Amino acid sequence: MTFSYHKATSTNDAISQFEQADDPKFLAGGMTLLPTIRQRLAAPDQLIDLSDCGLSFVRDEGEYIVIGAMTSHQFVADHPLIQTSLPGVAMLAAHIGDRQVRVRGTIGGSVANNDPAACYPAALLALDARITTTKRTITATDYFVDLFETALEDGELITEITFPKTVSSAYVKAPSPASRYAMVGVFIAKTEGAVRVAVTGAGDQGVFRCAEAEALLNQALLNDLFSPNSLDDMTLSEEGMMSDIHASSAFRVHLIKSMTKKAVSVIADTADIKG
Amino acid sequence: MPKLSLSINHQPIEDEVDDATLLVTFLREGRGLTGTHIGCDTSQCGACVVMMDGVSVKSCTLLARQADGKKITTIEGIADGEDLHPMQQAFRQAHGLQCGYCTPGMVISAIDYVEKGGALDDASIRAGLEGNICRCTGYHNIIKAVQQGAVLMGKVVPQ
Repeated sequence: MTFSYHKATSTNDAISQFEQADDPKFLAGGMTLLPTIRQRLAAPDQLIDLSDCGLSFVRDEGEYIVIGAMTSHQFVADHPLIQTSLPGVAMLAAHIGDRQVRVRGTIGGSVANNDPAACYPAALLALDARITTTKRTITATDYFVDLFETALEDGELITEITFPKTVSSAYVKAPSPASRYAMVGVFIAKTEGAVRVAVTGAGDQGVFRCAEAEALLNQALLNDLFSPNSLDDMTLSEEGMMSDIHASSAFRVHLIKSMTKKAVSVIADTADIKG
Repeated sequence: MPKLSLSINHQPIEDEVDDATLLVTFLREGRGLTGTHIGCDTSQCGACVVMMDGVSVKSCTLLARQADGKKITTIEGIADGEDLHPMQQAFRQAHGLQCGYCTPGMVISAIDYVEKGGALDDASIRAGLEGNICRCTGYHNIIKAVQQGAVLMGKVVPQ
């Protein structure tokens, strides 16, 4: 295990370091990258630490909340504005990994890595978030491409992520008992007249929107019957689902339905309390 | 080698460290602080947990250079001379350990958890210590130790 370490002083410094190195990697929280290097699954020759680039923040922009790429999961989970305006995101961040992982791991790192079992991609896709990089802004729909594959180009750095405030949002996952990664995680975002459902942990091409669940929930919304029972008749195909040591594709299909129902009941219960 | 300047257990330290050295390796092999343990290679077990600027972190998943300028506290730095830290006393009294391998990380995580105002019911403590694995105790006495430690730390009024 050998590499050089550079602590970038700005995003421009980080990019210029990246361009000068042979096989560099950006180091965000390091909660995935450092274990990956330790297991010799990656061998970059330079790590560029982003912790001093001013990318840790939460900003209120009216209808939107902007989260800096280096903001830790714990900071997101504890942030009052996110808890009230994006409760699904606060819920999601509060259950990533464990306490020590949450204080170091970052939203930008999770989104850049696009692990098929990571939680954040589901939130970004369901909320139609915008990913701002050093080069451009990408919608979540265009951003997530395949397992560990995103629209990011080499040397392109995520700076911030913009979410529309969505009071009716929830995230529920079935974590692997050992790793705590999501075997299935479901994020639901309910806005005026439309429901979006995104599933992580299950698809063999990574995070995806669940059209079957969205159709049933949108129908239920029209009839003013938004409840977990709306999904009773949902049938999903095992095709395109991951099957691995943690869960078969059949089990994942079952988990998608049950996690979606749970997420719906979280949103419905919250609405009841507020109503 | 790059220079490193940080505080370890309340002492200012100047040292040199290779870029690729993990914080846990630096503490154990560079500084002889072998109370911080290495129990896994997947960042899951928590035997390596130390405080960095008042927050518990896994020292196996940080580079020593990432700790430059920070305040590190290891298990060696929490007692007051011969007087154990209240959480150490509680682990001793409640027999919150068997082999002791996970204990340094467990104690540091428990102090962090209690200091941040974590709830003291069993389920909350279990969730709060999710990043620390013990293969001996079944956790029951660890939970008791954290509850007693919180009392000794003055965080709750004893029942």
